[in-house]
Amino acid sequence: MSHPSTYKPASGFEKWLDDRLPIVRLAHDSFVDFPTPKNLNYWYTFGGILAIALVIQIITGVILAMHYTPHTSMAFNSVEHIMRDVNYGWLMRYVHSNGASMFFLAVYIHMFRGVYYGSYKEPREVLWMLGVVIYLLMMATAFMGYVLPWGQMSYWGATVITNLFSAIPLIGDDIRTLLWGGFSVDNPTLNRFYSLHYLLPFAIAGVVILHIWALHIPGNANPTGVEVKDVKKDTVPFHPYYTVKDSFAIVVFLILFAAFVFFNPDGLGHPDNYIEANPLSTPASIVPEWYYLPFYAILRAITFDIGPISSKLGGVMAMFGSILVLFILPWLDTSKVRSMRYRPAAKMFFFIFVAACLVLGYLGGKPAEGSYVVYAQIATAYYFSFFLLILPLLGFLETPKPLPRSISESVLKTPKPGGAAPASAQSAPAQ
Amino acid sequence: MNMIRTVLIAAIIGLLGVSSAAASAGGAHKPEARDWHFSGPFGTYDKDALQRGYQIYETVCSSCHGLEQVSFRNLGQKGGPFHLDSCPAGIPDTVDCANPNQNPVVKALAAQYRYKIVDGPDDSGDMYERAALPADHIPGPFANEVIARLANNNALPPDLSLITKARHFGPDYVYSLLTGYQETPATVEIDAGQYFNPYFHGDMSQTLRPEFLDEHGHPLEGVDVPVGGVLAMAPPLFDGLIEYADGSPATVEQYAADVTEFLMWAADPKMDARKSLGVMSLIYLIILAGLLYWSYRKVWSDQH
Repeated sequence: MSHPSTYKPASGFEKWLDDRLPIVRLAHDSFVDFPTPKNLNYWYTFGGILAIALVIQIITGVILAMHYTPHTSMAFNSVEHIMRDVNYGWLMRYVHSNGASMFFLAVYIHMFRGVYYGSYKEPREVLWMLGVVIYLLMMATAFMGYVLPWGQMSYWGATVITNLFSAIPLIGDDIRTLLWGGFSVDNPTLNRFYSLHYLLPFAIAGVVILHIWALHIPGNANPTGVEVKDVKKDTVPFHPYYTVKDSFAIVVFLILFAAFVFFNPDGLGHPDNYIEANPLSTPASIVPEWYYLPFYAILRAITFDIGPISSKLGGVMAMFGSILVLFILPWLDTSKVRSMRYRPAAKMFFFIFVAACLVLGYLGGKPAEGSYVVYAQIATAYYFSFFLLILPLLGFLETPKPLPRSISESVLKTPKPGGAAPASAQSAPAQ
Repeated sequence: MNMIRTVLIAAIIGLLGVSSAAASAGGAHKPEARDWHFSGPFGTYDKDALQRGYQIYETVCSSCHGLEQVSFRNLGQKGGPFHLDSCPAGIPDTVDCANPNQNPVVKALAAQYRYKIVDGPDDSGDMYERAALPADHIPGPFANEVIARLANNNALPPDLSLITKARHFGPDYVYSLLTGYQETPATVEIDAGQYFNPYFHGDMSQTLRPEFLDEHGHPLEGVDVPVGGVLAMAPPLFDGLIEYADGSPATVEQYAADVTEFLMWAADPKMDARKSLGVMSLIYLIILAGLLYWSYRKVWSDQH
């Protein structure tokens, strides 16, 4: 949260620089002395994990770009060249491709955490909306990145997704032509996707800075949802308390990451993408990467026309709507209580929501036929009901549990992993 | 125009999921799960099997299938089938046999390879054929797709460089396909030059003989549609086809296992390096995690 700066330039040079560009002061106040609620659990480490994931993607991506050729006749072979002939090219490429999956895994946990603890509520609406912008940029970046190896799934995935835009009334066809740079997915498409795939991560990095800025104005939310009342009692400085906790979580996350990269590097991909793109041969089934599957299921769940809206346009609207609804989430949730820890009914509906998302993810990888469609329709209906019906109404209907009076009070009640001895024994004197 | 139409149809099919529905009407047997030398986090390639597998590829598979991502020099790189740590006796000191481009085995394999390299143009502007060098990609059997299809009953033999990555259950699939050919079931009739294989993905319902169909073209009760598909590749391996110098059994199973091991290497030649680096990385990360956890407990011990 905003707090008086405690930075003291340690040397003549730092003093000189501080008078001209107080960048060391900014870093000090943001990441060293920043007062952070003392009760953040491991779900709150995913912000740091995501920052590392972004850096890993950018570094490996820049190196891959040095060896990749964005041309329909050479792209596939240039990726194989990276895998076979570039020193540690296989490592860069597998880190990058699995890194995308890890990035999405972390972002989904980060978002679910935000919903569960009501992190989007006043005064953090802009922080949340910037997060949704980052997520949208991530989706676009990952989609275009997946096209670059120019395998069968690259090509046909690009074909299916770009064709979605033609469902937009009046200007849809023109948008699609613009995306393609022609009249089908071809070399111009690959070139512009490559250009944008290189550009967008830096846009993400920019919005991440805004996201952290917007975080540092009100300060971190926390599992109780109770705001900091007393900086001394309720918070600890970010360094070393959270630098060490985040570092531990980041390394545990990297263990999972490394397990995929080194021992199952193709496990999250589709075998068809090791076949070079062939516009004349459609794969038996076109399946997006796992992190898009819930939205793919929503897209395909709309199998019926709604008045003048065709099922195709309806599906596209539902798919984009399922993400855009997140922008207005801060105003849809009418409860005064932030954390679902103290909202028994909301908590139950939240876990059903998580289950619905997982079910949608499963169904997105299944053929859209028979009972799969029905289940996808039910889960889609729940997805939207959760945001548009349940959260708005629960604020009025639900009786929340009593909140702790302060963060420090809540900490006294539950022993924390940091304290080896029972919590109250150690901090009682401090009270 | 054709292209646009194909794309549009495909997109609509993809959208409606009809393609998946159509695919699920057919199917294939799940490949037999085998315990490979390269399976598991510590699995490595069996160098002898790689050499035998190369022999099978060179003698049998390369008649129709290319291996375009692989160069001869790859055969002699670390982890490859013909890598040498030091030179055999009789080679001059100036030769570095660990260098794939100087490896005498690799040089000989390239020079004697059944297909030549088309190079040029020479000083008079003509293309010419020459023997392969270690630096060359392994030349394939056909100059282009048209010739390949003409020679193969209009079927296109896929390049095998990535075949074990480009199929579900890759190596198990290749092995099962090679060893799994069966007599065509009596209920179906397939074209000459087509071969039934239960592991090949297809839809046999269209091949049922008319006497097993009712008036709507549906299978009669009690008639099962065989699981599997037909492909244009005749069973390529049979017992005794090749005699191994190391005395390994001259059986279809042995050939199939060896060539699969070789093709897995061809698709993923850096696997050995990847796994050994992975083990070191995980050990490092786990120790680091332990140290950080200990630091975390220490730092937080003065709180609450």
